[in-house]
Amino acid sequence: MSLVIENLTAQIPDRQILNGLNLTINPGEVHAIMGPNGSGKSTLSKVLSGHSDYEVTAGTVTLDGQNILDLEVDARARTGLFLAFQYPHEIPGVSNANFLRAALKARLPEGEDIDAVAFYKQLYTRMDQLEMDRSFTGRSVNEGFSGGEKKRNEILQLMMLEPKYAILDETDSGLDIDALKVVARGVNAMRSESRGFLLITHYQRLLDYIQPDIVHVLMDGQIVLTGGKDLALKLEEKGYDWVKDEVLATA
Amino acid sequence: MVTALDNDITDIKADNIGDFTFPERNKFDAGFGVSPRTVDYISDVKNDPDWIREFRHKALEIFNSKPMPTHWATKDLDNIHFEEFRYYLSDGQKPKRSWDEVPEDVKRTFERLGIPEQERKFLAGVEAQYDSEAAYSNVKKVLEDQGVIFVNSTEGLHKYPEIFRPWFGKVIPTSDNKFSALNSAVFSGGSFIYVPKGVKVSHPLQAYFRINSEQFGQFERTLIIADEGSEIMYMEGCTAPKFETSTLHSAVVELVAMKGAKIQYVTVQNWSSNVFNLVTKRGIAHEDAEVRWIDCNIGSRLTMKYPGVIMKGKRARGEVISIALANSGQHQDTGAKMIHLADDTTSNVVWKSISIGEGRSTYRGQVHIPKHLKGCKNNTECDALLINSSSRTDTYPAISVKGNKHATQHEASVSQVSEDQIFYLMQRGLTEAEAMSLSVNGFINDLVKEFPMEYSVELKRLIDLEMEGSVG
Repeated sequence: MSLVIENLTAQIPDRQILNGLNLTINPGEVHAIMGPNGSGKSTLSKVLSGHSDYEVTAGTVTLDGQNILDLEVDARARTGLFLAFQYPHEIPGVSNANFLRAALKARLPEGEDIDAVAFYKQLYTRMDQLEMDRSFTGRSVNEGFSGGEKKRNEILQLMMLEPKYAILDETDSGLDIDALKVVARGVNAMRSESRGFLLITHYQRLLDYIQPDIVHVLMDGQIVLTGGKDLALKLEEKGYDWVKDEVLATA
Repeated sequence: MVTALDNDITDIKADNIGDFTFPERNKFDAGFGVSPRTVDYISDVKNDPDWIREFRHKALEIFNSKPMPTHWATKDLDNIHFEEFRYYLSDGQKPKRSWDEVPEDVKRTFERLGIPEQERKFLAGVEAQYDSEAAYSNVKKVLEDQGVIFVNSTEGLHKYPEIFRPWFGKVIPTSDNKFSALNSAVFSGGSFIYVPKGVKVSHPLQAYFRINSEQFGQFERTLIIADEGSEIMYMEGCTAPKFETSTLHSAVVELVAMKGAKIQYVTVQNWSSNVFNLVTKRGIAHEDAEVRWIDCNIGSRLTMKYPGVIMKGKRARGEVISIALANSGQHQDTGAKMIHLADDTTSNVVWKSISIGEGRSTYRGQVHIPKHLKGCKNNTECDALLINSSSRTDTYPAISVKGNKHATQHEASVSQVSEDQIFYLMQRGLTEAEAMSLSVNGFINDLVKEFPMEYSVELKRLIDLEMEGSVG
């Protein structure tokens, strides 16, 4: 039972972006993927969640044994895959609360509805953990939110939907240190033996607050180096050029 | 109960409705086409006073003399063949069908909208009328105690000519357009409401409450007069699709708000897609008075409707809140008319349309502020949402503002639900159709809030239904 990515190769019309990527995330583990700009980090998150801009040309992805590459975006999400977006979309006129209810309802058998009282109890608990004002329940999803508020809202959704595997795409970008701490607290609260995380980040900073079990370096659409959390510190210190040299040396 | 009449029309099918033969034993049937004989027939049956009979005849002449307005409106109007319609059938003789004959998809829609059993039969044309006697009797008592008159238009003109006659046909002259002339010639049904000075009617009034034989006529005629300082809300229609036997509907609705009065007129209509719905609606707002049209148009082959407000007195206010939903094979040609005739008058138009598949929505708006006035304000917002690449929308605003002591503002936008927005929603587990429905409901959410609660809930469900099969 794990999220297994094997030989994943994907492209946009004129460019291959993922080149045979291999990665296995077991429940309970927190993986971090770091890499320079253009290495394919964000592409990985989009390909895994099924964005139609990308074409998978080779490889497999299984979620707890189920091949998800044949599934639509929504079906992948319902099997337990969650993506916290780098740039969360605004949904004018749709309140946060209604959006979350709709998302939760989509996971129930047809005709069933969620218990409104239990829902709000859970929602308020989670919002308190993220230090979000109650007024956010009635506001349109992400509309007029600051960068930090949007990121908090992503984590709120993660907390409400309780996925088996969560990908966080540059969740730290655009956050000041206080907001980063709050977001990290939310993520840490969701860490559990039954849930796997993939943190995609450019900077080591995030990893001070969400400590990863395993750190990978992504370059040219492949994982070129894997290590413990000290690898992130080394990257911070020495930069990605060091990895290039290292990889070339071992090649 | 199966009557002989039922047996005569068992061959009615959804695709040829309006095209059935009708047994000759019908007591009151004006036959096909419209002529002076038709008008006399209607006047005889309804026992019209002479002035109404003359009014009808004159209207027919105007109707015949006016060309179809195809020089500005859609050419589809040329597909209306007036000689193929019946213009008057007395109630009880109206075509009935058994529940078994109602098409499955209509039944399914009722089911999914959660329409009560009894109401379904009425809407499907199985029962001539929705029996709401119990609900009505309470309302009726309250209204009578307050001196409110709420009757059908025939009863209104017979019983209350001193109130009815001075305003009838005054807000919308017969010659306003070809279809107001047609309505004036053959009208039957519709409501007449008079609210006395200072009376604030607490419940919205609905045609449902009015027990009479002609509440949903093809050529309804409604006149509402709110006397000084009074307030009333009127609700028309419902969100369920009406399974229609006749395909030409042409109503005229006139509202009169005397000094300081407030009238809100709420319409939600969902016509079957073979209906031409050509409606003229207009209100006069006297000093400090307010007329609001809250309008939602769904379905029909072609709807042409531009509710208007004539702001005749100082500080009068006019407002049109309009939602149009056009699916494939449908054209919603709607908008607003705001005529400022006094100083410091204010009008507001908020129009939103959703075009699905090959559906087409058109906004037509007229704002008129003459030069000699001052302090007039108009705000117009038009937002169109296109769901598919073959969906269409057009905007024709005509704003004539003269003089420099006014403030007008016009904003228009056309948008599509972006793929990224759908991706975001689907990543949270919503199906593509659910994602689209949620986005569309969000688009009109601020306007839906203006509708009474029960309508807004139904509207949301209805949009969910309309969105099914529109994506992918």
